Amino acid sequence: MVEAGHFALVLAFALALVQSVVPVIGARRGDERLMAVAGPVTVTGFALTALAFAVLVSAYVQSDFSVANVWQNSHSQKPLLFKVTGTWGNHEGSMLLWVLILTFFGALVATFGRNLPRALRANVLAVQGFIGAAFFLFILTTSNPFARLRPAPFEGQDLNPVLQDIGLAIHPPLLYLGYVGFSISFAFAVAALIDGRIDAAWARWVRPWTLAAWMFLTGGIAMGSYWAYYELGWGGFWFWDPVENASFMPWLAGTALLHSAIVMEKRSALKIWTILLSIITFSFSLLGTFLVRSGVLTSVHAFATDPTRGVFILAILILFIGGSLALFAWRAGALSSGGLFQPISREGALVLNNLFLTTAAATVLTGTLYPLVLEALSGDKISVGAPFFDMTFVPLMLPLLLVVPFGPLLAWKRGDLYGAAQRLLAAFGGAVLAVLAVLLFVDGTSVFAALGAGLAAWLVLGALTDIVTKSAIGSVPFSVALRRLAGLPRSVFGTALAHLGLGLTVLGIVSTTAFQAERITTVKPGETIEIAGYALRFDGMTKFDGSNYDEDRGRFVVSRDGGRALGEIMSAKRFYPVRQTPTTEAGIRTFGFSQLYVSLGDQAADGSIVVRVWWKPLVTLIWGGGLVMMAGAAVSLLDRRLRIGAPARRRPTAAKAGVPAE
Amino acid sequence: MSVRRIAVLLVLLAGLALARPALAVLPGEMLADPALEARARAISAELRCMVCQNQSIDDSDADLAHDLRVRVRERIMAGDADEQVIDYIVARYGEFVLLKPRFSLRNALLWGTPLLLLVAGGIFVLVAARSRKRAETSLSDEEKAALSRILGEAGGKQQGGV
Repeated sequence: MVEAGHFALVLAFALALVQSVVPVIGARRGDERLMAVAGPVTVTGFALTALAFAVLVSAYVQSDFSVANVWQNSHSQKPLLFKVTGTWGNHEGSMLLWVLILTFFGALVATFGRNLPRALRANVLAVQGFIGAAFFLFILTTSNPFARLRPAPFEGQDLNPVLQDIGLAIHPPLLYLGYVGFSISFAFAVAALIDGRIDAAWARWVRPWTLAAWMFLTGGIAMGSYWAYYELGWGGFWFWDPVENASFMPWLAGTALLHSAIVMEKRSALKIWTILLSIITFSFSLLGTFLVRSGVLTSVHAFATDPTRGVFILAILILFIGGSLALFAWRAGALSSGGLFQPISREGALVLNNLFLTTAAATVLTGTLYPLVLEALSGDKISVGAPFFDMTFVPLMLPLLLVVPFGPLLAWKRGDLYGAAQRLLAAFGGAVLAVLAVLLFVDGTSVFAALGAGLAAWLVLGALTDIVTKSAIGSVPFSVALRRLAGLPRSVFGTALAHLGLGLTVLGIVSTTAFQAERITTVKPGETIEIAGYALRFDGMTKFDGSNYDEDRGRFVVSRDGGRALGEIMSAKRFYPVRQTPTTEAGIRTFGFSQLYVSLGDQAADGSIVVRVWWKPLVTLIWGGGLVMMAGAAVSLLDRRLRIGAPARRRPTAAKAGVPAE
Repeated sequence: MSVRRIAVLLVLLAGLALARPALAVLPGEMLADPALEARARAISAELRCMVCQNQSIDDSDADLAHDLRVRVRERIMAGDADEQVIDYIVARYGEFVLLKPRFSLRNALLWGTPLLLLVAGGIFVLVAARSRKRAETSLSDEEKAALSRILGEAGGKQQGGV
């Protein structure tokens, strides 16, 4: 059975080779039959990869320990959900998930791309096939998930307990949907370079794919951040860890791409730049895969001692990034750039957005790679951590965030800055009020926090201003405004939602960073910890038997200023006997958008225990903002203009619905 | 191995890292004076736990991190300023201990990149905008001639037509 999976993977590799060669030849010769090969081969390749993946999942579910990968990462007593998610909770399985998603996207293009120009479709699928072939080869030669053990062990070694969490079910698939989703924009960019031209279909296609990939990546990062927050017991939400940076760089570049693709679709300007950004964004995804998969982050030396996988991925990296950039350098001149605009215009604002976002991505890249490069070149070891990024990344983001509300209010081609500023007067007033409110009612000394809250209010109110302006609420009769509101393109709501979500995230970060309270103390049963107006009474520890772990639970009764009880918080320490690994299960209780966070430390012989308690004001907005951004992308994807394969005859209907102020 | 890294590294380093449930800063280490303790925490956040990966001594539960936290607090109690405490630690453990590298020639590229790119990108955008403007406004002599010819013809036709 397992061999069937292995065989399917080998077949998928062979098909990927066909997919990467035949359609390109067909496109060059204008041979319809050769180009037509791309579609069925792509879909079959996806089916075979899905079969291989299903076989591995089923080996995990059945606890087939004759498969080395299952033996290393599973256990018969593990809950079913974690048996399934354990499939990608390891190197080999996660790479299989990677190619599964890659071929899935390829199959989507093959299925829904029938209205694409034939040569473009053939070239796009060929590029996808080329990426697929490289990664299939990588899996088959260095990371085979189907290797057998003989004799088969009776019991598995269990999954790393930290990964035995619902987060593993959501985070990696979302992250990979994002990472790999950018391969579509990449494939379109390379196809355009091969073809030597970009037409209207190109721009109409790239934008929704970028939007979808961006949506998933946003969700993946937000989910990963929340997972780290509750699972690790530090209460931190972002650590500037190289692995986080690896997912953040494609997000920054992808956000830039998302915005430049708008210019390209609407005004057919910034064509060459959009092509370059597509290449850069997917390059960051590949780089992230390399950084995480090669072990180079652990240490340059660890990479040098067992370089098989690392060198292979490095070769893939050089081939695809180097190859596509060389192709870009060679062919970009042949592409025509069009669409003229004044500096003060929607296009100008989006160029500014791109300038800051790409610089920010490059800053994160430099901070992440500098220590590695320096050590490899000179042997000197330096550390680049959170304080560096706080000092460089944050100042880069501030000017960008300040101008965000202006962007959507400026007209294409030639904008009216004064008019936009006038419309934003109310939002500005709201922001000033927010600053004053923080200074007067929260803390008169934290000027920076107050300004941060003002910035968040500016973003949120600015996003609302966009909607209010375009539907003319307040300046026309209410019923007319309502009709105009309903008639606005969904992408307008998408933009507003995404910018509003950004504001919420900023508010959560500012509030948590500036105003969180912390207590580190030793308590005995019956004693109370006071924090931020809440009182937590420690009721002692109880034991609990989980299916594959033992747990010590501490119970805390929460009350407000010694008044009535508001509920309880259970914080626990677990021990997983198979791996001999302890974990912390932080106790978290949400009040509105804020959270109380309780983490347990060592217990003394007299029953007292070290406890760390945090009050995290508005902390959930950090991830809530991410969800709102995702919702914005989803709404925008539903826009009729972007709906994949929407037939042309529908377009007049959309126009009739009325598109004011656009 | 740090606990943080695991969840962050997720899938990848899973299995290599070990989780430790102990907390970082312990009640026994803390200074009685909240102002001094706050300074110690701020300094600790800038110092790397050298046996961990990208973790400050304020976050780490490793023994070495504990020792360093105690050292930092000893220096503060001895009356050192923040800079002196950091110099004291760097003198013993090297610059590797700093999570924010110093401004030096060796780190020039690290610190310089953001500004360099922003300025270079800004100049590029401005130059591109200016050349676009020129392309938009200026016509070559041939184009002008062609334009006047077309306008003239159109004008003539209109006159004739109307």
